[in-house]
Amino acid sequence: MADRAPSVPLITAASPTAPSPAQSVSKSTPKPSSIPPASSLARFGDKIYGAVIFLASLSIFGIILWLFWQLTGASLPSIRHFGLSFVTGSEWDEVSSSYHVLPYIFGTLFSSAIALLLAVPVSIGAAIFLSELAPRWIRTPATFLIELLAAIPSVVYGLWGIFILIPFMKQFIVTPIVGSRLPHLPIIGELFKGQSAGYSMLAAGMILAIMVTPFITAVTRDILRAIPRSQREGSYALGATKWETISQVVIPYAKSGIIGAVILGLGRALGETMAVTMLIGNQPPNTPNGISLSVFQPGYTLASALANKFSEASPGLSTSALVEVGLVLFGVTIVVNGAARLLVFYTAKDVQGGK
Amino acid sequence: MSTTLSSPPNLLAKSTGNVAGRKLKNIVMLTLCIVAAGLAILVLGLVLFFLLSKGFSSLHIRLFTQLPDNIDTSKGGMAQSIFGTLVLLGVSSSIGLPFGILGGIYQIEARGRFASLVRFFTDVLNGIPSIVIGIFAYAAVVVPLAAKAALEHKPTAGFSAYAGGFALGILMIPTVMRTTEEILRLVPFSLREASLGLGATRWRTMWSVVLPAARGGIITGVMLALARIAGETAPLLFTIFGNQLFATHKVAGVSVPTLTAPIDALPLRIYNYSQDVDPNHNAQAWAGAVVLITLILVLSIAARFATRGNMQEEK
Repeated sequence: MADRAPSVPLITAASPTAPSPAQSVSKSTPKPSSIPPASSLARFGDKIYGAVIFLASLSIFGIILWLFWQLTGASLPSIRHFGLSFVTGSEWDEVSSSYHVLPYIFGTLFSSAIALLLAVPVSIGAAIFLSELAPRWIRTPATFLIELLAAIPSVVYGLWGIFILIPFMKQFIVTPIVGSRLPHLPIIGELFKGQSAGYSMLAAGMILAIMVTPFITAVTRDILRAIPRSQREGSYALGATKWETISQVVIPYAKSGIIGAVILGLGRALGETMAVTMLIGNQPPNTPNGISLSVFQPGYTLASALANKFSEASPGLSTSALVEVGLVLFGVTIVVNGAARLLVFYTAKDVQGGK
Repeated sequence: MSTTLSSPPNLLAKSTGNVAGRKLKNIVMLTLCIVAAGLAILVLGLVLFFLLSKGFSSLHIRLFTQLPDNIDTSKGGMAQSIFGTLVLLGVSSSIGLPFGILGGIYQIEARGRFASLVRFFTDVLNGIPSIVIGIFAYAAVVVPLAAKAALEHKPTAGFSAYAGGFALGILMIPTVMRTTEEILRLVPFSLREASLGLGATRWRTMWSVVLPAARGGIITGVMLALARIAGETAPLLFTIFGNQLFATHKVAGVSVPTLTAPIDALPLRIYNYSQDVDPNHNAQAWAGAVVLITLILVLSIAARFATRGNMQEEK
């Protein structure tokens, strides 16, 4: 009952007022014949009430439409001027008024990919530990720590990154790797080319990983804990070891939820601004097209470019192009979130079919 | 489907195989999980450790009482930023709360395709990066305000508490809406059926029966939404501009916050000071971070207490 729609519909999409006779509860609503004096006024009050809450919920559509309208309106000069080359070109030059964002799109995807690569195994491992293995005296404080860190704002992570992560990275990650033979290997070497001042794709990816880890861990842990005990007991009864139970019973059961958690984390990483802006370097890497596969090179993401170039943008085409960057970011997140929803939808169906 | 169905036979087939190997694999994989958890907790602990140690060592009462000092930066504070953050929370609440709570009520009262469409778009709005909301507020509020000021020959650039509060208020709406809906769903339907059965109208039922029962939960949702937006920085880059002074003016001899002038905010100040070469400013950024996190924690813990009180009432 609790999670179903109420049996007293105030407004339905089809018929806003007419209560259906089949609903016993609705019958108790005063009818004009039974209680004459109050009813017309009361119904008037309910109409106002219905209208007010309806309008409030319409605000969601209003905001999204307004947002879309404003962003397209403000970026129209840039859209007209550059057309599709805005997202396929790689030059951003204030002097020659030439604005293109391919390196920023790449940076957004690249930094998020690094983040997920680092965060997902750790988060899922940590969630398994917290839900399946940990004794209570570890579980409670660890859960508290994770919730605490999920609430810390990104500007604080950025601050931490500048003064703690970057010096650490320079000393213990960048310098040893650059000095080793790794950059000279044929394909993997591309990932580690070039000297780095610390501000780099890797720094941005690492801070993003640190930021999404508490989030993915918390959501995954909740999902794992929601799995019925009987599932695990059934597996143990068949003689499975703990790991076999986890990998062949628990994880498949929770698959769609875990994918959903990861995708939500990805959504956060894509749009994350402050921490990335503070660590990614905000300058194009030393390559002709502004795209470098090396994690030690600086770069931009869509969000960091937006945050960084805003103060130096002049009115006109420059500002318009920046707003279009926002529009592209909006588009990227919508596409990723939409794809994620579909993915979760289909995998969820899969699991339900298997029950 | 395939995975769940196929796993039990798979398991049985394996269990006839070598037991030592399976036990070894079990131990290795479980150890890996423990290592992952240890790594996560270690890194997260390091974040917290440096935050507290660096922050508390530079925390000083000046931070709350003084304005920035441009001559001797070691003597400056960020009182105007704390003030600005509180003003922004107020402005954004006045936008975010009515729409959020009423929208949440709608979702519990209505059903059908339209209501689930609203729910879907609430999630969409929730997923839009805050910086995009910021640039939207810039285009929708800052630019028109600046144009209006230019027409009236007033010296404002449009950056204001209105613009910042607008952006943060929009960020609040989906959060408040979803939590309100979830909390209202927890109120037993027998309660409202009883009220309706006594002849109360629907709005009266909501106002006098359902909302009081859900009060604690709604306050929790509001607190959590406030905690979330208190730390938002990205939208403020485009909307409030920052200010080294208190943004106030006098109305009948009383200082009131100026909502049409540039205003400062704690997260924005932390960002600016972190980009500074001045070590005093860097230290103040750490201290500001501790203040900001404390504010957020207080809101979250207060939220937890609000729910707890509610649960006890229900018992």
